Amino acid sequence: MQQIHSIEALELKANELREDIIKMLLAAGSGHSAGPLGLADIFTALYFNIMKHDPANPDWDERDILILSNGHCVPVRYAAMAETGYFDKKELKTLRQLGSRLQGHPERTRLPGLETTSGPLGSGLSQAAGMAMALQMDKQHHRWVYVVTGDGELDEGNIWEAAMLVGKYKLTNLIAIVDRNNIQIDGPTEQVMPLDDLRAKWEAFGWYVLEIDGNDIEAVIDACSMAKAVVEKPVVIIAHTIPGKGVDFMEYDFHWHGAPPNAEQAKVALKELRTLQGKIKSEADHE
Amino acid sequence: MSSTNPLHLIQNVRADELEQEPTRKGFGRGLVAAGRADDSVVAACADLTDSTQMSLFRDEFPERFVEIGVAEQNLVTFGAGMAAMGKIPFVSSYAAFSPGRNWEQIRTTICLNERPVKIIGSHAGLSVGADGATHQMLEDIALMRVLPHMVVIIPCDSLEAERATLAMAKDRKNPGYLRLAREKTPIITTKNTPFEVGKAYVYREGKDITLLATGTMTYHAMVAAEVLAKDGIDAEVIHVPTIKPLDEATILASVKKTGRAITAEEAQIAGGFGGAIAELLSENHPVPLRRIGMQDHFGESGTPADLMEHFGLTATHIAMTAHQMMG
Repeated sequence: MQQIHSIEALELKANELREDIIKMLLAAGSGHSAGPLGLADIFTALYFNIMKHDPANPDWDERDILILSNGHCVPVRYAAMAETGYFDKKELKTLRQLGSRLQGHPERTRLPGLETTSGPLGSGLSQAAGMAMALQMDKQHHRWVYVVTGDGELDEGNIWEAAMLVGKYKLTNLIAIVDRNNIQIDGPTEQVMPLDDLRAKWEAFGWYVLEIDGNDIEAVIDACSMAKAVVEKPVVIIAHTIPGKGVDFMEYDFHWHGAPPNAEQAKVALKELRTLQGKIKSEADHE
Repeated sequence: MSSTNPLHLIQNVRADELEQEPTRKGFGRGLVAAGRADDSVVAACADLTDSTQMSLFRDEFPERFVEIGVAEQNLVTFGAGMAAMGKIPFVSSYAAFSPGRNWEQIRTTICLNERPVKIIGSHAGLSVGADGATHQMLEDIALMRVLPHMVVIIPCDSLEAERATLAMAKDRKNPGYLRLAREKTPIITTKNTPFEVGKAYVYREGKDITLLATGTMTYHAMVAAEVLAKDGIDAEVIHVPTIKPLDEATILASVKKTGRAITAEEAQIAGGFGGAIAELLSENHPVPLRRIGMQDHFGESGTPADLMEHFGLTATHIAMTAHQMMG
């Protein structure tokens, strides 16, 4: 896997992922916008810099594992996989269509490289724990298990059952990343079901907590490096992200949690992304 | 001898002194044997390690056992993660909690995700006894058999439970559910009795009526057949340890011969074993059918024997039903 080291190049790549996401969701006519856009920087960092993986050999037995627990954000993973060469980018437009390998929520058995099937929330961390434990049993200490969870998803009891277990067994080959974007379907997380003090909750379960700006690629990379150096406790990275990041009218608005853009909105969104929200000039719109 | 007793069953199910043992004991031994045969067999339990007899495995392979605590959703999803890394995980609890509490996780992370996790539901059925309705899991057969890829096995005695455990450990592809009982029940097979996943066995040949039984009700069906023989009714008894995949050929062949059938299970008849047989027969060879089991209600506290009598799950009830059907 060719790594990208330049932060500027990674940021441009994240923007390409965002364009892919908008185009896929427009073609699909349904799906989640805000979460995947907010996670684009984290997924770019993981796929293009942090993780050891091989798009030509998704089952490579030396690879790091990435679990997407909040399966509804899978468009960002599909985009990252296409951009790293797991499959042709053209396939992105088959999202959510009959016969597609790109299911509305990820199905492992349909698309190599997905690691798990997810959608119903709350079960990613415990699967990651099982994998991390199995790797420890097999003395494969050089492989890492990353798990990305949403924040609304932390309402699920299964998450805290797993958090307790990972804390007990000190599964330090597992790195959890919480996408703290403060929204869920019914509204802001702190209104729907308050999660704060989130840091204190994880600490109480025996974890070491890092808090970062999850839209800062360099911070994501640094946090994962730091997480690997912590040996006495498992590490959770609370990554504060902007839902809908990169598209003005979607940012911070929980109504975009579970909705796709229409054609007009997609056009505006793509133009914004191509110009980095007006910061740079772009060529004319080219579809 | 083997020509008249090809399945190597015990000779007299009505003997006063049948050896008895809970099916979970057989599971405990089987898991240790599976662990010895295959390093990838691992185990996890939700705070019931002695009760489920997983303690035998834990004691021999402490490094391959994981205590999960009282967290059944975590139990099965953790198992799915272990299976993803090439392990064959056996995960155990009481059936009322697993698969009672964690069905969606089993559906998504094990069945849809095609991970060969083996779910052990101990203390299933009415015969849990005094613990009462909360702990008497009666809906698990229905819950598990509707899941694609899931194999569902209910052994008739502890020896068959041991064989079934070994067979499940060898299946590296399919998830499985093994339904076990708390209470001691008669051992009616021997060490030479065959067991193969997906096969039903004619435990007694007859021509008048087919008694289809699963789990510990097979013993009661065998006793009922002996009672019926004295009354001139020649009952065929088929033991169906694998509910899914169902051995349709063996069951249909018998029913085509006898023209009537009774099912017996220690579970809700709706959606359970009786439901599975009703589906099979109504599509392929409709005949009069009666289903013995729980008739859409919950159990309650009591001794196992009193409960089985109260809710009509005995050899006497099977025999009476057969009489009614024979007119």
